[in-house]
Amino acid sequence: MNGAVRRLEVEPRVTLLDGLRDVLDTTGPKKVCDRGACGACTVLEDGQPIYACSRLLIESAGRSITTVEGLGSPEAMHEVQRAFVENDAQQCGYCTPGFVVATAALLARNPAPGEEEIEAGLGGNFCRCGTYMGIRAVVAGPGQAGGDGGGNVGG
Amino acid sequence: MADYSWPEADRRGQIGRRPARLDGPVKSTGFARYPSDQNPPGLLAAKILTCPHAHARVVRIDTSAAEAIPGVRVVHVIQGEGSEIQWAGDEVAAVAADTEDIARDALRALQVEYEVLPHFVTEKHRDRAPAAQPGSERTDGDPDAAFASAHRTVEQTLGMPQMAHMCLEPHGQVAAWDGDELEVHASTQAVSTLAGQFASELGIPATQVRIRTEYMGGGFGSKFSPDRWGIVGAELAREAGAPVKLFLDRDQEVSVAGSRPSAFARVRVAADEQGKLVAWDSDSWGSGGLPGASQTPLPYVFSRLPNRRLRHTSVPTNLAGSRAWRAPNHPQACFLTMASLDDLANELDLDPIEFLDRNLEFTGRADVYREELGIAAGMAEWKERWQPRKRSRDSALQRGLGVSIHTWGGRGHASNCDVTVHPDGAVEARLGSQDIGTGTRTIVAQVLAETFGLELPQVRVSLGDNRFPQSGPSGGSSTVGGVCASTRRAAQDALREVLTRVAPRLEADPEQLTAAGGRVFVEGEPSRSMSWTEAASRIGGAPVSAQGRNPGPGRLISSGVGGVQIAEVEVDMETGVVQVKRMIAVQDCGLIVNRRLAESQVYGGLIMGVGYALFEEWIPDPVTGRLLNADMEFYKLAGLLDVGSLEVHMMTGPGYDERGVIGLGEPPVISPGAAISNAVANAIGVRVPWLPLTPDRVLDALAGRGGIA
Ligand code: FES
Ligand code: FES
Repeated sequence: MNGAVRRLEVEPRVTLLDGLRDVLDTTGPKKVCDRGACGACTVLEDGQPIYACSRLLIESAGRSITTVEGLGSPEAMHEVQRAFVENDAQQCGYCTPGFVVATAALLARNPAPGEEEIEAGLGGNFCRCGTYMGIRAVVAGPGQAGGDGGGNVGG
Repeated sequence: MADYSWPEADRRGQIGRRPARLDGPVKSTGFARYPSDQNPPGLLAAKILTCPHAHARVVRIDTSAAEAIPGVRVVHVIQGEGSEIQWAGDEVAAVAADTEDIARDALRALQVEYEVLPHFVTEKHRDRAPAAQPGSERTDGDPDAAFASAHRTVEQTLGMPQMAHMCLEPHGQVAAWDGDELEVHASTQAVSTLAGQFASELGIPATQVRIRTEYMGGGFGSKFSPDRWGIVGAELAREAGAPVKLFLDRDQEVSVAGSRPSAFARVRVAADEQGKLVAWDSDSWGSGGLPGASQTPLPYVFSRLPNRRLRHTSVPTNLAGSRAWRAPNHPQACFLTMASLDDLANELDLDPIEFLDRNLEFTGRADVYREELGIAAGMAEWKERWQPRKRSRDSALQRGLGVSIHTWGGRGHASNCDVTVHPDGAVEARLGSQDIGTGTRTIVAQVLAETFGLELPQVRVSLGDNRFPQSGPSGGSSTVGGVCASTRRAAQDALREVLTRVAPRLEADPEQLTAAGGRVFVEGEPSRSMSWTEAASRIGGAPVSAQGRNPGPGRLISSGVGGVQIAEVEVDMETGVVQVKRMIAVQDCGLIVNRRLAESQVYGGLIMGVGYALFEEWIPDPVTGRLLNADMEFYKLAGLLDVGSLEVHMMTGPGYDERGVIGLGEPPVISPGAAISNAVANAIGVRVPWLPLTPDRVLDALAGRGGIA
């Protein structure tokens, strides 16, 4: 997980999300619906985005899991994370880890996704605060329409 | 007396700029630890058993099987034998266990016998309500005479059901005791007021309760109190002698942790031949669950209309009590009013913008609305593109435009802030406020940096802890005004003290000194200067600090804003599906501290607005009394591609800036329902009397059926 091998023993019924959050203290992935309907728990399994709430931890044994913390840190952000900051694609930020991971996976597959690909890649993630304009700008990439022209990050 | 004010436009270093939110990096990397992310050593997981019946009496509870499960630490009966339960989802018992799965095992092992009682959950049918509470009638002027001589009158019944707050971080907390001291990491909008509420419920002094909320995952008006699950969580922790995490499951969150009251009304409104409003009559009703619902402000915005009659009936139901929902009562009043006025404009064969314009004298802010209507119409190319309601159904896809206007107060709340200047030049503000996602932390930092002439990395903001000076709950768009004013006053006082101490060194009077660009210098003589770091080093060994308050002297804040929104929709006449193509928002909020964050608030309001206009509603099952959609699959939020293109214009500059800082969280969420409903009416030629505008309701309206009671 996030580049390190973790060994742990859990009951078979423990979901990947509960294992990450409660056992491994990796709390970037959020538990919002716990039923595969919101995307807040999105992580990468062998590079593919999955809902961690809808996978048993034992199903992920032997696979590589990357959470939002594994993509980058505040000091060394992944380019998608930096773009989320620059485009104000977060308010309360509770949906953000799931959106960041799903967006990183989408852009890794296709750096210039069309509407259908965006729907497929991000249609399963929901935000209550309404940060979609920022997220669209992240997906559109720098200099695209919908981006935040007024720059000036960090002061 | 010291002069507390904001700098003139050409002297602003920070105010009005667009810095990125300071906690962006920790949020986008998952490093931000929310209350639900706290995992102190020895943590237990707690879960709540809720009542499956909308109305019942608890006959018997047997906890023995649950208690016998290995790993179960405490089983706590919340409402014991004999208790009358008034809504499905109300808390009956709670369990703390070693893991969440074990706690759920224990919930399943709890045996509760209920006597099921009759319930009522469909307030749309107020005539069937067992406990409807008709209010007294209020009449101003002579509505009957005015209706009798009116040129045109429209009359219809409109309605919007209850909907949920749906905070993504559910309600809850981690509670931990150290002896008789309680520390609570709470997902709250009210850091400074929560401790007293916990203390009185738990029978301990408020001084022994610490509240921490560094980050929180959304509140929207639903997170002002500890709630029963907060008290129960603290009691479980006390009994277990271990920290306890208790957050609601999603079905509980949707069912009991926050909803907006419904609003229905038979509305009659009339105008004269010049298109001037002459009379209003509304017979409204609604429910916020068990407490019913109060009268909304009708007629909305046009509150100076002289002839009017208002009646309102509060309809209690067997559903959990509603909570303040972003701009309480305003979205409902706005829909009931603006939809009625739009239909009246149609009867008068008037462009609805022209009609609103002719009646602005009945609002409190005619000039602002007139200017905003002009800007919004220009952005929408309204003159070129608006057409009267279509009567033909020539093609399957029909486009339409709709407009709505709204108002809000937004005066800053009571706030205290400590500002400290350290001898190394570091500057810190501390206040018992909270950043609920609006950007409070960033905005306070901007006010600090502005005042001391520094950049954002040189200042620090500490909030989210009730040990810091008391600051108000984040509700009613009151936070930005409150914290900006208290911070500015404290910062100006602290700066004055620093300048007084360094003035002799620069052979100047303190009043001649200015702090800007990281330096302290004699006004008009920039060469007589020293760096900020040097100035701070000369304040002596101890830091300089000052406390600022709001309310207080100087014109830093005010209240009262107006906004205009235009929606453009496309309706599929065969399927009834409505798509929002475009939303335009023109909004004032006084002096804007951070343009980027202000725009984000408006975008957020528009998006939430599209949600309640098209998708969101509580659907109670009349048979069981439970919600049919207490989840995120059938309670649908708007998604990334559901919201069309959004354009925001902030009113700013002369005429607005000098009003000082005014809150912005609520206003932009008020108009979308009305604007979108009006756009749909414009597109399809008939009014859909309901929000949300679901396909079945659109098709019903097209077929001339499906009206409200
Ligand atoms: S928490 Fe996994 S999809 Fe919602
Ligand atoms: S930023 Fe709050 S839910 Fe998305």
